[in-house]
Amino acid sequence: MTQIHIQHGRIIDPANHIDGVGDIYIVDGKIAALSNPPEGFKADIVIDASDKIVCAGFIDLSSRLRDMGHSRKGTFKSETRAAASAGVTTLCLQPDTRPVMDATSIVEYTKDLAERTDYPQIYPIAALTQKLEGIELSSMLALKQAGCIAVSNANAPVKNLLILRRAMEYAASHDLLFICHPNDFSLSNKGCAHEGAIASRYGLPSIPEAAETIALAECLELAELTGCRVHFGQLSCKGSVIKIHQAKKYGLNVSADVAIHQLHLTEHDIIPFDSAYHVLPPLRTKEDKDYLRQGLASGAINSICSDHQPHDLDAKLGAFPETESGISSLETLLPLMLKLVSQHAISLEQGIAALTQQPADILRLPTGALTVGFSADVCIFDPELEWQINSDTWKSRGVNTPFWGQTMKGRVTQTLQAGKIIFSLEAR
Amino acid sequence: MYPNIQLNSDGKLKHFLSIEGFDKTLLTDILDTAASFVNPVDGQIKKVPLLRGKTIVNLFFENSTRTRTTFELAAKRLSADVLNMNITTSSTSKGESLLDTIRNLEAMFVDMFVVRHAISGAAHFIAQQTAPHISVINAGDGQHAHPTQAMLDMFTIRQHKPDFSKLRVAIIGDILHSRVARSEIQALNILGVQEVRVIAPKTLLPAKVEALGVTVSHNLTEGLQDIDVIMMLRLQKERMTSALLPGESEYFKCFGLTEEKLKIAKPDAIVMHPGPINRGVEIDSKVADGKQSVILQQVSNGIAVRMAIMAMAMQHNGAIV
Repeated sequence: MTQIHIQHGRIIDPANHIDGVGDIYIVDGKIAALSNPPEGFKADIVIDASDKIVCAGFIDLSSRLRDMGHSRKGTFKSETRAAASAGVTTLCLQPDTRPVMDATSIVEYTKDLAERTDYPQIYPIAALTQKLEGIELSSMLALKQAGCIAVSNANAPVKNLLILRRAMEYAASHDLLFICHPNDFSLSNKGCAHEGAIASRYGLPSIPEAAETIALAECLELAELTGCRVHFGQLSCKGSVIKIHQAKKYGLNVSADVAIHQLHLTEHDIIPFDSAYHVLPPLRTKEDKDYLRQGLASGAINSICSDHQPHDLDAKLGAFPETESGISSLETLLPLMLKLVSQHAISLEQGIAALTQQPADILRLPTGALTVGFSADVCIFDPELEWQINSDTWKSRGVNTPFWGQTMKGRVTQTLQAGKIIFSLEAR
Repeated sequence: MYPNIQLNSDGKLKHFLSIEGFDKTLLTDILDTAASFVNPVDGQIKKVPLLRGKTIVNLFFENSTRTRTTFELAAKRLSADVLNMNITTSSTSKGESLLDTIRNLEAMFVDMFVVRHAISGAAHFIAQQTAPHISVINAGDGQHAHPTQAMLDMFTIRQHKPDFSKLRVAIIGDILHSRVARSEIQALNILGVQEVRVIAPKTLLPAKVEALGVTVSHNLTEGLQDIDVIMMLRLQKERMTSALLPGESEYFKCFGLTEEKLKIAKPDAIVMHPGPINRGVEIDSKVADGKQSVILQQVSNGIAVRMAIMAMAMQHNGAIV
């Protein structure tokens, strides 16, 4: 097996409280040693990481790779390539695949597709309810045994609180993490923009913050009642940050993430009717954005996800309310995280932890750190390297990013997954 | 800010999608141009050859009688060829079919689209996608804008009250769902009225409504004090079934404009309504047909104002106004 020596890089590993220039030695796909080479080490490959940062590979809690019924938007091959180039070594697949991730055969098929890509580790999230219809429970245990890492109803509603309670109780019985995307469907009422001054001016169907905070409050109550471990995905507003903060203080076993774009964009960006900014939950106010940033800095929000949703061109061509929501966002994950650091919203260590150690803890995976013995999932990036988003640099099949044409700062130069180089910038 | 695709590189009107982004000079220009089409003696509207040889398509994805008819009349008075298309959308991928419809019509050498669509932003989308020589006029998109209606309302107000800076205007009723109200509020603010006051229950007002540039009242009796211009809005029946209002009779009691309520406003106040009217729901017949009502003048003025907007939007395409 190949032995790899990564040398002279600035190693940042929040899980092990490491921040300093040093070397990493990889043997048999695992981290064999830091600083001094293990006995008998003879490098087959030497990676010079001078002036670069070396950290654990990123773990993305929410991605959609499309394929199956959606290959116009993206395929496992195109999207995992994009993920590898973005430093992502582990990603969680939302259950709203086509067909829905509610049967072991679909999990097997997904794993088969994933294996053929030879790229990041993919963990499917199982559907909480059959066909995501919110009525009958899915076979959660079988799905877990087949390889699903958590359960979620994605962005589909659960019919009522009794069914949600039972689903959470059942998930808790099998020690399954429930990933909740809080949204009260009666209140969000098919809206497409934040309920505020901008939606009012443009006459757009709007979603109040209460659609999120009420659903979140209900789920927190049920977390206490059922003892289910809950992770809240893609929070969008101030009220949610406050509620999560209080729940943690109270001692509930909950965690939360935020989509990277929510930390940079606001309702003003949709002016006038720019479908590239159509996301759900919607982009909210500057105050909400600032609270989300503070929540990340204070630890109320544990992690950052890409919420990657590639689309074909047609999906975004139309009058704003009729376009599909979502941003193709894997490849901007690192530069936008680094932008938070340069804007002093969070420290570099916090930013890296939010993409590595924190999601690993949430998923209870032995990864997200450069601990000796762990799988050698490593991301090496140049924090100063500037690059433009264009068809030469972009890998995702979905070009639906509002940052298209912009210059980004910070770029992954190598990604290693289980000791294998799955992306190298020079070899592009 | 609004990247103003409504103006061409010379700052001339190209599309008319929303009042937002225009200044007082341009809005006044439209009103003056509209006035020039009206014979000062008999009020008749002249036929002019400004758009001879041009093809205008009335592209209506939503039903309309008044707006489509006045657009058609306006186009004919400008000597343009007019094609009326009523398209009811049923397909789920409306975005795609909308674009396909536009592409097909473009291929027929069209010069202007007059668009009405049930979705906010549809006219803007068409203007972005269409060939560069084609102008797009928004004849109402979802709950976003109905800018030609707002301009004909401004024209009607100016006929009666020439100095906008002295006016207090009340807009009464379903502001939340009204594209007319949104465009009127913008036009009135740009033309510099003293106050725009919206009067409605909270269920019919959008979030952060003050940010649109209005003051708010939930009480018609209080709200009508010192008002020079009263703009009523149509109340759709479906607002009752979606729990926004308890019922028509309670609405009429609280927000219906009666002769008695009208007396609270200034004695020379004018009463406007974009139509169609629900008599006995938002307005009493006696007021709708009364001395202070200018509702039918609004309809007549629609022709001259739409002529002005169409002619000015075609200047980049060779029309000389």
